[in-house]
Amino acid sequence: MGKATVIPFGPQHPVLPEPLHLDLVVEDEKVIEAVPQIGFIHRGLEKLVETRDYNQFIYVAERICGICAFGHSMGYAETVEKLMGVEIPERAEYLRVIWHELSRIHSHVLWMGLAADAFGYESLFMHCWRLRERVLDIFEKTTGGRVIFSVVKVGGVVRDIDDAMFAEIKRVLEGIKDDYKQLCGAFLNDSSVKNRTVGVGYISPEDAFGLSMVGPFARASNVNNDVRCLGNGGYGKLSDFQPVLDTQGDCYARVKVRALEVLQSIDIIEEMIAKIPAGDIAVDVKGSPAAGAEAANLVEQPRGECYYYARGNGSKYLERMRMRTPTSQNLAGMATALAGCDLADVNMIVLTIDPCISCTER
Amino acid sequence: MTYATKSPWVIHYDGSSCNGCDIEVLAALCPGFDVERFGIINTGNPKHADIFLVTGSVNERNIDVVKEIYNQMVEPKVVIACGICACSAGIFHDCYNVIGGVDQAIPVDVYAPGCAVRPEAIIDAVVQGLGILEEKSKALQAQKKGA
Repeated sequence: MGKATVIPFGPQHPVLPEPLHLDLVVEDEKVIEAVPQIGFIHRGLEKLVETRDYNQFIYVAERICGICAFGHSMGYAETVEKLMGVEIPERAEYLRVIWHELSRIHSHVLWMGLAADAFGYESLFMHCWRLRERVLDIFEKTTGGRVIFSVVKVGGVVRDIDDAMFAEIKRVLEGIKDDYKQLCGAFLNDSSVKNRTVGVGYISPEDAFGLSMVGPFARASNVNNDVRCLGNGGYGKLSDFQPVLDTQGDCYARVKVRALEVLQSIDIIEEMIAKIPAGDIAVDVKGSPAAGAEAANLVEQPRGECYYYARGNGSKYLERMRMRTPTSQNLAGMATALAGCDLADVNMIVLTIDPCISCTER
Repeated sequence: MTYATKSPWVIHYDGSSCNGCDIEVLAALCPGFDVERFGIINTGNPKHADIFLVTGSVNERNIDVVKEIYNQMVEPKVVIACGICACSAGIFHDCYNVIGGVDQAIPVDVYAPGCAVRPEAIIDAVVQGLGILEEKSKALQAQKKGA
């Protein structure tokens, strides 16, 4: 055994576009401990509820994270709707699910690209991001934005999608499916990819449960915590929903879970488009949340379960708004997976939790 | 500017951005917008980079990191503030942990606004930055001859 050395990883590191700092305690080539340090992106936006009213705060909530932007605006709007007892039209619920699942496709494909970059397969990275552009084109056509949509409001959604556009979305998704299956083949069957992922960063189901891991990271260790199963909002209208689970618990399983979830999201969108009812897309919301009223809400973000809590104080401004985001739950699991791994596998393991630092620190 | 004498390499650092601008910076480099076909490469090493793309505002924790990367870059260098947070801190300007735009930490040459900044705007800013890079390198050479 050599002497323990501390190697800093980040905050500026080519493998992650975001600043995460890890102190890697290394003996020879083995990592014996990883200590994450956060705080590089902390803005303190939860405090902004004091100066932005509940309608304005939706634009702040959206900017918690630019990848899961839609999920955050939807989660926040649902929380305030629960707080004020607002029933939104059914069409708005369907539209929210369609956009949310499209966000999941874009987020997972983006992540697969970054993962490919992490194990040094740059052409696969480029192919993933090229596919993702087609999803972003749908966003641009339906909402006007590529990453930040500003399409949700308290009481419904701002924009409708017409039948011609639904047909277009279906056509694009059909085209994506074929190309995507080829990409999946590279991720799941290519031996050079498997060498980097199979058996790396193992987390047992007990650990995954004990460390309260969420999202695809936990589902790869056979812990079912997909809050879409609860059937909140439009998800209750799905005829059948089975979460994607895997028992392996290594990096390969995490890639596989996300790869299959994209196909599942395409199926959900197709089902939603087939079933969407006609009608209004928003209701007028008047008044303000009652003093002392409390509401909580769960949304399955691309990275896992996100918890929202809001408390009113009788004015247009909320008393408290709190989010518990998926990556902050997963950091403990990441540190556990890193302990004992090879130094060369660190970037792969860090990426397979799909860290979203701006969600974590807000 | 009608032609560029070199393909600049860029380095990207996420100040306290929400990821929206970061993925747009990467999207500008990837197929779809594909500036890599002009030899513009995203590098992780500040010493190899000509253009510094900063997204997001600066705060107490990351201001030193931004300054450090800037100081490690070799002259001539250009700083581009990508997105409204990097320009002026945007929607987060009154957050308690936000100092302000990137110009509070290092001199900024080009501002590319937008929330999130569109890849077209980033490409436009990089083209403007190329002109500035050229001028800076001429000034540097003139200085060397003079000395």
